[in-house]
Amino acid sequence: MRFSKLVLYFLILFNFFLSKLALSAGKAIEYPDKNWSFSSIFGTFDKASAQRGFQVYKEVCAGCHGMRLISYRNLAALGYNQDELKAIASQFEITDGPNDDGEFFTRPGRPSDKFASPYPNKKAAIAANGGAYPPDLSLIIKARPNGANYLHALLSGYIEPPKNMKVPEGMYYNKFYSGNLIAMPQPLYEDGIEYLDGTKASPDQMAIDVTTFLAWASEPELEERKQLGITVILFLIVFSILSYFSMRQIWAPIKNKN
Amino acid sequence: MSKPKFKNPVVNWIDYRLPIFTFMNHELNEYPTPKNLNYFWNFGSLAGITLVIMIVTGIVLSMNYTAHIDYAFDSVERIMRDVNHGWLLRYIHMNGASFFFIVVYIHIFRGLYYGSYKAPREILWILGVLILLLMMATAFMGYVLPWGQMSFWGATVITNLFSAIPLVGESIVTWLWGGFSVDNPTLNRFFSLHFVLPFVIVGVVILHLVALHRFGSNNPIGIDVQGKQDTIPFHPYYTIKDLFGLSVFATIFAAAVFFFPNFMGHPDNYIPANPMVTPAHIVPEWYFLPFYAILRAIPDKLGGVLFMFGAIMVLFVLPWLDKSSVRSSQFRPLYKLFFWFLVIDCIALGYLGAMPAEGIYVVLSRLATAYYFFHFLIILPLLPKIESTRPLPISISTPIITASSNASTVMAMREKK
Repeated sequence: MRFSKLVLYFLILFNFFLSKLALSAGKAIEYPDKNWSFSSIFGTFDKASAQRGFQVYKEVCAGCHGMRLISYRNLAALGYNQDELKAIASQFEITDGPNDDGEFFTRPGRPSDKFASPYPNKKAAIAANGGAYPPDLSLIIKARPNGANYLHALLSGYIEPPKNMKVPEGMYYNKFYSGNLIAMPQPLYEDGIEYLDGTKASPDQMAIDVTTFLAWASEPELEERKQLGITVILFLIVFSILSYFSMRQIWAPIKNKN
Repeated sequence: MSKPKFKNPVVNWIDYRLPIFTFMNHELNEYPTPKNLNYFWNFGSLAGITLVIMIVTGIVLSMNYTAHIDYAFDSVERIMRDVNHGWLLRYIHMNGASFFFIVVYIHIFRGLYYGSYKAPREILWILGVLILLLMMATAFMGYVLPWGQMSFWGATVITNLFSAIPLVGESIVTWLWGGFSVDNPTLNRFFSLHFVLPFVIVGVVILHLVALHRFGSNNPIGIDVQGKQDTIPFHPYYTIKDLFGLSVFATIFAAAVFFFPNFMGHPDNYIPANPMVTPAHIVPEWYFLPFYAILRAIPDKLGGVLFMFGAIMVLFVLPWLDKSSVRSSQFRPLYKLFFWFLVIDCIALGYLGAMPAEGIYVVLSRLATAYYFFHFLIILPLLPKIESTRPLPISISTPIITASSNASTVMAMREKK
C-alpha cells in the first residue's frame, strides 16, 4: 500500500496547495492574526461583541455602506428578542409602495424588512462618495481573502503616509489596503461611539466588534454548520470503523485461503 | 427458458417477463471480479456516487435558483440564508464539484499506472475521457451560475477562447453568448446546459459500465483473469470494500463541507458580477489550472486553445500510443519512472496555472507543457523498444500465494487442516 499512500498524499497536497496558491496569488500584505471567537472548529460568535458590532455598523458604517442581504429579523441570532427587534427596525425609515393611490411612501421599518440602504441606488452612492462605491457589507468577510483579519487590519491601518508620498484629494493612506490609497476616510476614533453595554469604545475594540458582526452577517449559518458537522463527522468515523471491521470479517476467508 | 432462480414468486414472475433481477444479480451480485484489487479500484464507485450526490443536490438547488443576471446572485444567497438547510445543499454541491474532480483524477491516474486503457479496454477508456470532457463543461457552466465576479470573468475568458478559431471565431462566440457579451442569454443557456449535461454524463457512465463488465476490471498486476480461482463475486466482497471506501471519503468530504466550505473557492465570487470591474487575477477553479497553464504557455491564442484541447485529445488515442503489451507498471520499471514524472509535471502545471503569466512562470509553463506532450507522443511510443519488462506472473492467484506465504500463514493453514 505504500504506492497508494504516496499518490493519495500527492494528490491531496496538490489540490490544497493549488487552491491556497490560487487564493494568495498576488496578495503579499500580511494581516495580524486575531484569535476570532468563530474561527476554530468549535467556534461560535461572541454575541455581546456582535451586538456591539451592530451598534458600530449602525452608527458609523451605515452612513455609507448598505447590507442589502440582511433583514432586521435576522438579528435574533445575535440574542435580541422580538420586542427589541421591532424597536430596532422601527428606528429606520423604509420606502414602500406603491399604495392604492399609486404613491410611494415611507413608514417605520418592520423586522421582516431588509436593512435600510443609505442611498436610493448605486449611482447615488457613487455620486455621494466622489466616484468610489462603498461596497455592500453583507458578504464582505467571505468576499475578501482572510476576510476577518483583513477587515480588522484595514480598520486599524490608518497611519501617517510616508514623507515622500503625496496622498491625492479624497484619498487616505492605509498600510493594509492594496496600493495603500483608499477612498474611505478613517472611520473609527477613540470613543467615536458610546457602547450601550458600557464597554470602552477603543478603535481596536470597535474594529473587533464590527468584524465579528460582519462575519456573522457573511456566514449566519456558521454555528449550526459547525455543530452539525461535528455530529456528522463523529457518525462517519464510527461508521468507517464499523465498515472496516465488517470488511475484514467478510474478507477473512479469502485472505486466509492465500 | 431458464429455471426460476428467485425464492419470491412475484420476483420470478416479473423476471421471466423482464429479466431485470437476473441482470442485477449477474452484474452486481455474482459479477466475477479479480480478487487482488487494491484501494485504487474504489475510486470508480466513488465517482459514480459523487455524480449521484451532485445530481440530487443540484435538482433541489435548481428549485430555489433564478437564472437571471439581476436575481441569480441574490437567489443563491437566499438559498444560503433562508432556505432550510440550503447552505448545506449548496456547500455539498459546491465542494462536491471539487471532490468529483479529485476522485476522477485519481481514477484516471490509476488507469495510467496500471495500464487499464490497453486492449481490450480501449473503448472503456475512451468513454472515460469523454466523461471527463463532459464533467469539465458541466463544472465550468455551473461555476457561472452564482453570477459572482469570477463566474462572469471566467465565462468571459473561456468563451472568448473560441474567437481564436479562424474566420468563424467571432461569430461562434456571439452565437455562444446569445448576444455581444456574456449577459442574460448566456446565463440562461448555461443553466439549461448545466442541468442537462449531468444526465448525458449518466448515459455515458452507463456505457462505461457496460464496457467495463464486458471484460471485467483490470487489476494491479495487469494480467488477464485465468479462471474462477482468480475471481471473487462482487457482492459481498467489493460491495463492503466500496462501502468502507465511501465512508472514509464521506468523512473527508464532510470535513470540507462543514468546516472549510470556501477553502477551494475564490473570495471574489462573493462579489456580484460587475462587467465594468475586472478582478486583479482571473483564475479558474483549481481543477482547470493545469489546462489553464497549457493555454497560457503557448504565445499564440489559437495555438494555446489547440494545445489545451490537445492535452485531452491525446488521452483519447492513448491506447494506440502506448504499444507495450504489459499493462501494469509493476512490471515496467521505465514506464513507472516516467509515470511519476508525468504526475509531477501535472502538479507543476497546476501550480503554474495559479501563478501570474509573467517572468520565470512563462518559461516553466512552456517546459512543463512540452514535457506533457513529450510523455504521450514520444516517450510512450518509444518505450517498448528500449524497456525490458519484468517477467509476468502466471496468474493472479500465483503471486498472491508466493507473496504472502510466510511462515505464520503456512502454519495457520496447516492448523486448519
